[in-house]
Amino acid sequence: MIPAEFNYEVADSVDHALSLLAGYGPEAKLLAGGHSLIPMMKLRFARPSALVDIGRIAALSYVEQDDGHIRIGAGTRHHDVHHSPLIEAGCPLLSFTAGLIGDPQVRHKGTIGGSVAHGDPASDLPTVLLALDAEFVLTGSGGATRVVPASDFFKGFFETAIGPEEILTEIRVPKLGASSGWSYLKFSRRAQDWAIVGVAAIVERSNGGIGSARVALTNMGATPLRASSVEQALAGAERDAIPAAAAMAPEGTSPTSDTNAGANYRRHLADVLVGRAVEEALGGP
Amino acid sequence: MVQAVQRYVGGRVLRKEDSRLLTGRGRYVDDLALAGMVWMAVVRSPYAHARIKAVDVAPARDMPGVVAALSGDDLASEWAGPLPCVWPVTEDIKMPQHWPVAKDKVRYMGDAVAVVVATSRALACDAAEAVQVEYEPLPAVTDVEAAMAEDAPLVHEDLGTNKSFTWSHGGVGDVEGTFAKAPVVVKERYWHPRLIPNAMEPRGVLVQPGLSQGDFTMWSATQIPHVAKVTLAMVTGISEAKLRVVAPEVGGGFGSKLDIYAEEALCLALARRLQRPVKWIEERSENYLATIHGRGVLQDMELAATEDGKLLAIRAKLIADMGAYFQLITPGIPMLGAWLYGGCYKADAYWFEYTGVFTNQTPTDAYRGAGRPEATYAIERAMDALARRVGKDPAEVRRMNFIPPFSEPTALVTGLQADSGDYEATLDRALELAGYDELRKEQKARLDRKDAKLLGIGISTYIENCGWAPSSLLGAIRYAGGGWDSASVRVLPTGKVEVFTGTSPHGQGHETTWSQIVADGLGIPFDDIEVFHGDTAVSPLGFDTYGSRSLAVGGVALKMATDKVVDKARKLAAHELEVAEVDLDYESGRFSVKGAPKQARSIPELAFTAWQAHNLPPGLDPNLEASATFDPPNFTFPSGAHICAVEVDTETGKVDFLKYVAVDDCGTVINPMIVDGQVQGGIAQGIAEAMYEEAIYDENGILLTSSMMNYLVPSAVEIPVATLDRTVTPSSTNSMGVKGIGEAGTIAAPPAVLNAVADALSPLGVTDLQMPVSPQRVWHAIKNATGRNGGPA
Repeated sequence: MIPAEFNYEVADSVDHALSLLAGYGPEAKLLAGGHSLIPMMKLRFARPSALVDIGRIAALSYVEQDDGHIRIGAGTRHHDVHHSPLIEAGCPLLSFTAGLIGDPQVRHKGTIGGSVAHGDPASDLPTVLLALDAEFVLTGSGGATRVVPASDFFKGFFETAIGPEEILTEIRVPKLGASSGWSYLKFSRRAQDWAIVGVAAIVERSNGGIGSARVALTNMGATPLRASSVEQALAGAERDAIPAAAAMAPEGTSPTSDTNAGANYRRHLADVLVGRAVEEALGGP
Repeated sequence: MVQAVQRYVGGRVLRKEDSRLLTGRGRYVDDLALAGMVWMAVVRSPYAHARIKAVDVAPARDMPGVVAALSGDDLASEWAGPLPCVWPVTEDIKMPQHWPVAKDKVRYMGDAVAVVVATSRALACDAAEAVQVEYEPLPAVTDVEAAMAEDAPLVHEDLGTNKSFTWSHGGVGDVEGTFAKAPVVVKERYWHPRLIPNAMEPRGVLVQPGLSQGDFTMWSATQIPHVAKVTLAMVTGISEAKLRVVAPEVGGGFGSKLDIYAEEALCLALARRLQRPVKWIEERSENYLATIHGRGVLQDMELAATEDGKLLAIRAKLIADMGAYFQLITPGIPMLGAWLYGGCYKADAYWFEYTGVFTNQTPTDAYRGAGRPEATYAIERAMDALARRVGKDPAEVRRMNFIPPFSEPTALVTGLQADSGDYEATLDRALELAGYDELRKEQKARLDRKDAKLLGIGISTYIENCGWAPSSLLGAIRYAGGGWDSASVRVLPTGKVEVFTGTSPHGQGHETTWSQIVADGLGIPFDDIEVFHGDTAVSPLGFDTYGSRSLAVGGVALKMATDKVVDKARKLAAHELEVAEVDLDYESGRFSVKGAPKQARSIPELAFTAWQAHNLPPGLDPNLEASATFDPPNFTFPSGAHICAVEVDTETGKVDFLKYVAVDDCGTVINPMIVDGQVQGGIAQGIAEAMYEEAIYDENGILLTSSMMNYLVPSAVEIPVATLDRTVTPSSTNSMGVKGIGEAGTIAAPPAVLNAVADALSPLGVTDLQMPVSPQRVWHAIKNATGRNGGPA
């Protein structure tokens, strides 16, 4: 529980952080809330040469909106995402889900950017952002930015599109309209745990039925996954199509087995939870 | 006869300890620092079973700040004896030698292979990583049945077998005959997973060598400073008279600190060798490996009964996982339940035996309840199985088999004489509080409407025997220690009181409870009483705190010492007031002359004159001070009924609590708030065992649940707030009528939970359910029973 020796630097701006990263080279790590990295360092599984602390860059913590989007600074704490009136009005799925992460202490330290950049398929926010078709703004040296859609962002287990000298600075989320219903179901044994399986569902309601549906899965593979077969089966469908569509949830997944759940149980849960989430998103008959 | 008006006893008196503990002013071992102090770190085996080919400490020794780096061989000359196991349960028990640092072989993941000492904790951790150990991995054995196979890898080759002993209760009645003739026989097999105790404060040790006199003070996060002093003197060869052991603030134990550990012996030996204070604080990840585990017991449980469900005989056979070595009382743990597999029921015949087996895993030892949760689980789950078999309600089957109410010692089927009990009264109250009939109606309604969420109701009516005594009985079952405890009460000249106890609280609130007893006995304000404990230089000899013994043994000794002080004060009061003792009334710390109440002396007044000693009656020593020891004539037998209602999601396997009711009987209650806390906390720990916790090893003996991320200690969110109530059946074992309550919740809760889940799933045909009932396990059970992927009955 005692990390190996490392250098510690506090960055006061994104530029400063990028120059510190460049100076230390590939063995340096960014530190935001620390809730993913520090546990690995305490077990000495992660041994960064230096930590560049971006958790104190006030300019990275904000929630703003424009016409169609909510823009969230990557350094915004889960607690603030959970309690933001802007997010609750424009994208209640996101504010709701932020309230399910860890426990109050974790939510006061952990950041949305940290959760996304860590690329853990068991985390809730990446799944929800994938379902929402969010975009991620990456800032490189000299302040150059590029925007990566969520569908291109999660590359593998703990692997994302962020380059070695880039920092995730903003998350852009399209607002949900009045006809959108949503659900996030997190199945875990303890409230504080990562999801054994999680399901995000967004349903565009149409004449009492389903216009279109977006469904994403937590912890069913190396990255958060869109349940494409389910989405296709639900497009333009009625409520009674949900069970058969949900049964397709395990298609294309590759869940792990661990001490909490085997892969087969995870596949079964994905089926059950997708059905329930779509029902919930569609709303009462 | 002392007639004190009760003002504090029985009241919800707030805990004295809490203001310092809740404001962070408690001083735990890790809060202590001494000039010149160095830190120890332990190099631990990553293998469960391997031969040690070479240990190279040189790379560590050469690092800056490192004071020493030593292998098991380097330390061999430090030991006067191996680490102690004080309960060799049979004459033919095979006892391995257990040295603080392994020399030839490592036998479990986490076994110590070397130590390093450095000037800071971080440097010590870095240096421990630098020690080079060459291992030759060996096949590991982790399953208790596999361990007994002919060709199993041997944990201790010199013993020639992994089977250490078989201990038998000896039996009561015609067991074979009764089973052969019984119309109904229920056979069940239960597995109690290994549990990691997870005290909030990990272990820690600090040893200060007294440079001039060869004496040592050891601060240790332990439940047993007195036992540590005796046994560690034997391990290290330090004179017992030169060893002072202090248990400062201790952050929980649950039995895991009822032990003597290698790190205590190591810090003593290193402080002696280096002549510097040596400190070691356990990391949580070390705690999972190097502190004992609980349970790890396989049970074959059989009941013989009539077609009506009347119990005739009980037969229990166990295989218990000892782990790689014996710790302090490892072999005896299952025996603590040996007389409880008949529960609170009548029967004619009884058999109990268990076999202790070595495996390549962390040693097991006492964990809250120790032996008694296993026994209660077996009988209570088997009673439900019997109820299902004979088609009766589980409450009814219990009721028809209860031992009728009694207030004087009465024999259980197992041969023990229970002190008092009224089992039906607690069950009746619990059924009422639970709204049992309504729950059954709701259960049926859900089944009828094919609800995916089924309701289950679980009952557990338990008794347990705690406050292990008398000492002669402990001797008869080959336990090396005694069952007595002691206390001293000293009324100071200014009327303040010092209380010294042989018990060693680590969260139980003895400072409060002990003060309540003395405050009422002496009529002294509660806040004027200081309780001293856990320091062998201060407290009288005693046997410390575990097994729900403190109040029923040490608390009674304290009451006896308090009464002695009053008796002495009465002699002095009679002398000063020039009347006979029989002419004095005593109330609330004040002696007054019968018929002339203004002629009086208070305890503080008498304490002052007793200290002055200017005018003592002949034969009376100065000072108001007395000591007492109490060696109880019997155990105490708390009992109770726990009922829980759960909702089982048959599609996901998730179990949620709808209700939890506990009606316990611990005899006379000193502080109802503390008793409620013990019961609620015990229930939480019992639910944790029933639903969440399980130490999982892979086939190579690698602990997979190696941190709180995957060893699931539940939080407050997961635990229902129980509805608590009590019945009061005073114990006949002691003058106060008290019974232990520290472990009751942990004993009662697991079968209540499992019975509830099994009750919910029985319409689906589910018969086999093991702990912890994780969602996945429930789903598998449904799938195995129905062939379907879940869903309603």
